[in-house]
Amino acid sequence: MAIQERLSQITRDLNLSPKQKSNFLALEADSSLPYVAVSEDVTQAMDSGIICDMFEGHAPFKPRYVLPDYAKYLKQGSEYLELSPAQDLDEALNALTILYHHVPSVTNIPVYLGQLDEVLLPFCQGIDTESLYRKLKLFWIMLDRTLPDAFMHVNIGPTDNIVCRTILRIDAELKQIAPNLTFMYDPQVTPDELLQVAASNICECSKPHIANYPMHANSYDEKGFGIVSCYNSLPLAGGANTLVRLNLKEIALRANDISDFFDNTLPQYCQLTYELINARCQYLHQESNFFSSFLVKEGLIEESRFAPMFGIYGMAEAVNILQGNPELTESHTEKPSPHYGHHQAANELGHKISKALDTIVKSTPVDYGYNGRALLHSQGGISLDKDVTPGVRIPYGTEPNPIAHIKALAEHHQYYTSGISDILTIDETVKSNPQAMFQLCKGALNLGFREFTANVASNDLVRVTGYMIKLSDIARFKEAGSRTNTTGLGAEAAINTKILERQPRVVAHENAPSYAKSN
Amino acid sequence: MKMHQATRSRINLDRVATVNQIIPFSCVDGPGSRLVIFLQGCNFNCKNCHNPHTIDWCDSCGDCVPTCPEKALTLITDDNKSQVIWDQQLCTQCDICLSVCPKQSTPKTLRYSVEELLTLIRAQMHFINGITISGGEASLQLPFIIALFREMQSSKDLAHLSCMIDSNGSLSLNGWQQVLPFIQGAMIDLKSWQQDTHRYITGRDNHRVFSALKLLAEQGKLYEVRLLHIPEISDFDSEIDAVASYLAQLPAAVRIKLNAFQHHGVTGDALMWPSCTEAQIHQLANALTQRGVNNLILPNLYL
Repeated sequence: MAIQERLSQITRDLNLSPKQKSNFLALEADSSLPYVAVSEDVTQAMDSGIICDMFEGHAPFKPRYVLPDYAKYLKQGSEYLELSPAQDLDEALNALTILYHHVPSVTNIPVYLGQLDEVLLPFCQGIDTESLYRKLKLFWIMLDRTLPDAFMHVNIGPTDNIVCRTILRIDAELKQIAPNLTFMYDPQVTPDELLQVAASNICECSKPHIANYPMHANSYDEKGFGIVSCYNSLPLAGGANTLVRLNLKEIALRANDISDFFDNTLPQYCQLTYELINARCQYLHQESNFFSSFLVKEGLIEESRFAPMFGIYGMAEAVNILQGNPELTESHTEKPSPHYGHHQAANELGHKISKALDTIVKSTPVDYGYNGRALLHSQGGISLDKDVTPGVRIPYGTEPNPIAHIKALAEHHQYYTSGISDILTIDETVKSNPQAMFQLCKGALNLGFREFTANVASNDLVRVTGYMIKLSDIARFKEAGSRTNTTGLGAEAAINTKILERQPRVVAHENAPSYAKSN
Repeated sequence: MKMHQATRSRINLDRVATVNQIIPFSCVDGPGSRLVIFLQGCNFNCKNCHNPHTIDWCDSCGDCVPTCPEKALTLITDDNKSQVIWDQQLCTQCDICLSVCPKQSTPKTLRYSVEELLTLIRAQMHFINGITISGGEASLQLPFIIALFREMQSSKDLAHLSCMIDSNGSLSLNGWQQVLPFIQGAMIDLKSWQQDTHRYITGRDNHRVFSALKLLAEQGKLYEVRLLHIPEISDFDSEIDAVASYLAQLPAAVRIKLNAFQHHGVTGDALMWPSCTEAQIHQLANALTQRGVNNLILPNLYL
């Protein structure tokens, strides 16, 4: 039997730890159950890759993302966990460590670890800087070694405080993949000097992400929000019950022209997306008994603060298809081209699609939502995606210079309440010039970016004196000339190996949601 | 009086430069993030130049025109003067035109007025800390530089941007005196220590370079001195004592940037020269540090 063969394959996998095997076995078991009841049209749309349930499972028994109110938890203790209110920093860190193991998510590892400066500050009075540094550093190492998922997220800022600064110091020093880190920036509150520290950290370790605090805060009530996982913004003491995403490329392929896309194809598939969202939520909220958990009973989460994420991806391909642009290649990046990310008209069509999606999502009621609505999300892709670009991003390898990149996408950001994952690729020379990172970040937020994420390490483009060049070209060039100079290659290989070393222990389940045999 | 100012402003705005390239976001051309304008044309002829097509001015001989696979180049004759026209839309940047050019030039330059550049700068101003004019040799188009920087500094919205020049140092002292009031700093290449070596590498003397370094240092406008280390060719290692004592007497704030010679973009004899390894840069850096040179900036990549 196919299923048994698959299960057996997982149990014998060379690279997975026992815990990782258990996770994949559980996923397989869940997938062997009958799917939640949906119409034939929805099934067909899923089978043909137009609508995707992110492999969350056939019988959703836990929400995708959970954002407990950690401050409340520390203040009141927990009856279920038999913990009294935390009295000092040691107790607070210990209590958090315990609760993290009881916060579910799609990956079984908590995606949200809290607004840690705000949560821990009440316990830091009378603690000297060095003790705080030592305690938080151990905590940081513990998180990376016991909850090794790159999507697990800590929030800090926008205020200037000792916990925030200490975490930034530790994060730059340890350069761990986990936890992920978002720094909230509010131009009215955050001193420039603190943002500069955060920008310097990005140059060191591509973290933190900088969130546009006022923009996020205005999208939610006074109870607040958190940034979790891959830059999703969600209500605090709530979360996302599910994420269903729509492949805009496939929709564009099914439209006769631009007006058919807006008038018929897009609304039609949005409606099917809603059907799937409601079916999945009904199971979670009505059948699974998740909301009888102690997290709800003790008031750490509220059922009414969970919303479905309405995800989209493949914007770049959709625009290029609708405009009849030829296939995009990397050679287009340095010259004017009609493509998405490079041309005003293409970018504007993209903005128009985002606006249309925003109108649909803001006006369509759902059975279980935040104020009765889903939240629009620009989805960052999973490892199975082929020939389709995540969210509203510009296809990898064809991005224009960082400023043109930001300008092309800024207009989208206002619409994606539950997050938009754009990654700016910046050449490595920025590492010795953090002031440039700071200025770029300020410029992006000023132009309406919800979240600023810069990728320095894996960039193939680099500025050498007057010109941008490709590292891969250099590698070829060096290979050709290797009889005279071989030393460079060894160093490069060492760098590559170091990157590879990290992969087995730290995983990103969300990015690779189902088992695929490794060779 | 008002009339006079308006007229001068108009003259400034209409000044035009021949531009090889504009990079809207650079991290290696001065403090912070900078928009860099590379002007066409250089008065040095460095054997090791990695952008040799920025050296000469195009004389519209037309040799490149038939070689363009995209037909992006055309030769037109206007008033008995021929001119190569470059169609940016058709160009795929294959650079065949550069390889066939009998001079060290390019048909792919653009003409920008001060006014056009101001518009371009305004579109980027929230993302940058300043403007750097480089080349080729920036100072060959000095009146344009002065006009651009003067206009920026008299515009309320652009006055906060720092204005810098990246130069080979060959400009006369008189020229530097004219531009000094309009720049916050300059980055100067010191190509070698000995006159003979300088002449061998660049084809020119280095007297003016040292005069420029002295003046800029005195005026507090020397941001960075750049030394390109070419093993066996440049003489910073063989003249280490003299080089170090010269650099050590410069103001403490001056950045001493060491660059490692690589083959990328280089044509001709210099391809036979050995490229510079990380170890060789560290050796030079250590020798300088031991002799009291601080504020050294090393390359973060060896490409």
